Amino acid sequence: MEPIFAVTVAVFFATSIYLLLSKHIIRILLGVAIFGNAVNLTIFTAGRLMREVPPIIPVDLDMPAGATANPLPQALILTAIVISFSFFAFLLVLAFRSYQELGTDDTDGMRVAEPEGEELPPLGY
Amino acid sequence: MAAETTEQIDLSAAMILAPATPADWLVVAPVAIPILTGAVLMMIRHQTRLHGALAVTGLTVTFICNVLLLMRVLGEGPQVMTMGRWLPPFGITFAADTLGASLALVASLAALIGALYATVDIGAVGRRYGFYPFMMLMMAGVGGSFLTGDIFNLYVWFEVFLISSFGLLVLGSEKRQLDGATKYAILNLIGTTLFLATVAMLYGAFGTLNMADIARKADGLRDAAPLTTLAVLFLFAFGMKAAAFPVNFWLPASYHTPRIVTAALFGGILTKVGVYGLLRVLVMLFPPERELLSGVIAWAAAATMVVGIMGALAQTDLRRVLGFVVISSVGIMLAGLALGTPGGLAGTIFYAFHSMIVLTALYLLAGVVNGLGGGYSLRTLSGIYTSHPAMTVFALLMMLAAAGLPPASGLWPKIMLVRASIESGLPWLAFAILATGLLTTLALGRVFILTLWRPQVDGTARVTVSPATGYLALLILSIPVLFMGLYPQPVISVAESAADGILDASTYIGTVFPEGGGQ
Repeated sequence: MEPIFAVTVAVFFATSIYLLLSKHIIRILLGVAIFGNAVNLTIFTAGRLMREVPPIIPVDLDMPAGATANPLPQALILTAIVISFSFFAFLLVLAFRSYQELGTDDTDGMRVAEPEGEELPPLGY
Repeated sequence: MAAETTEQIDLSAAMILAPATPADWLVVAPVAIPILTGAVLMMIRHQTRLHGALAVTGLTVTFICNVLLLMRVLGEGPQVMTMGRWLPPFGITFAADTLGASLALVASLAALIGALYATVDIGAVGRRYGFYPFMMLMMAGVGGSFLTGDIFNLYVWFEVFLISSFGLLVLGSEKRQLDGATKYAILNLIGTTLFLATVAMLYGAFGTLNMADIARKADGLRDAAPLTTLAVLFLFAFGMKAAAFPVNFWLPASYHTPRIVTAALFGGILTKVGVYGLLRVLVMLFPPERELLSGVIAWAAAATMVVGIMGALAQTDLRRVLGFVVISSVGIMLAGLALGTPGGLAGTIFYAFHSMIVLTALYLLAGVVNGLGGGYSLRTLSGIYTSHPAMTVFALLMMLAAAGLPPASGLWPKIMLVRASIESGLPWLAFAILATGLLTTLALGRVFILTLWRPQVDGTARVTVSPATGYLALLILSIPVLFMGLYPQPVISVAESAADGILDASTYIGTVFPEGGGQ
């Protein structure tokens, strides 16, 4: 099972990095969303996969009888999903606002904070 | 659970049964107090008049808790508290060692002075948009990053201060702020997500996220797991947060756009959290891998400091000059990480203390100068010495500190780093540190001459904003700068003890796992 997931994760990472290399903010944002999911799947796979054995300890035992599914990655992914979702929401609004203000979503055209051809500081006085 | 059954279950193998003493709460106080203050500020969002006073009070209490925590750590060794009473590595551990506690202390001082200056710099609109709650939550994230003993928790604290910093950065929604924030937000999010991916692979290799547990298991796993890959990814992810060359381009794109207090907090505090992450992970968890990467780190350090300060020489906007000074200071801190010797790491840690204070002060100085001279452009700022001579004293002190000249605080850490570089057989790194010092003197000396010394340029408007609060903030920040410059021994011994604490993690591990148990 893990090799299949490893390949899936690799495809996710490759797609997201391709999109992140774009000049357009909207494509970069799609890349960020896929990047977050690639990482979530990485956590899931890193915790080792096991189906149909819930991590529940029987009443009369102190420990699970055999190997069970690992509950920790799910807790980690839940945290990571919440964080990446909220960041993605913020970034969407930010991208929309900067599109409204700057009139472009091309990163080459976003030169308000660092204008081209700025004058040099005074060379003497 | 246990309460429902009549038979007695022995929980001592899984849980901490001793109740936490009041002193133990000190470990979480530097995180809990800012979160609580931030929550209260959000609840009273209609009475923004109270925000400034409450935030200053909250940060003062945080500062006092940090002082007490550092004193306790220096006296008794690392302090540990594990959440939910689960024994480590199952519960999330907060572990304050000298490195974390001392950095948290200096960061809270810088934030306190920032909050003080914000009372004049942030007007009613900024307060209405939540400057103070964002600032308190950012400080909670910074404090949590310094004090946590769990690597996934470190990621969460990174995200806490990152999302708060987004809020601070776009406060005002000007064109240039949105432009800078877009680049800052996307690149920093990619950096922290990469950090999370690395944590995932680390978890896959170790099966644990507790840093003490990772440190003691690393030796046994070295042949079985690709620890070097993990170290490289950590270097890249934290290096991005610390703005190390060549992944530093988000910093000069954004740090000059927000309100000057926000820039002061970012420049003073946030990049050091990235440096702290590098120290914690590469020195404490993966020392042989750091050794392997030391050549790369040394080149990155030299490039960061030289490229940073060259950028500062070319800028006209005072805030952009300071943005590049921040980058070059990160390069100097990376030099000690590249050396990895006790002297080099102590120099890095001392430099981090110094740089948090001095960069905050330099940005606040720029804010006061803007209030007096009307603008940030070096072409129009002029003649402040004739109208406000006291300003010149503070400016001179802070610029000497940033350049590493006596009598200010930058001298000693640079001496430590230069000596450690020469002892490690890297004279070119020592040369880079000294050349950066010279170039910083040139860059900031020009700012000093143009802004303060030269007679007023004709036709420039003279705005008179009362600099009283700015003077107070700079006066308070001058005390540690002069103290570290004139009487450095106590600070050097704290930095050395912090360096020893991460070089030899056995005390840290022994505190988290008292009987070596918890397996």
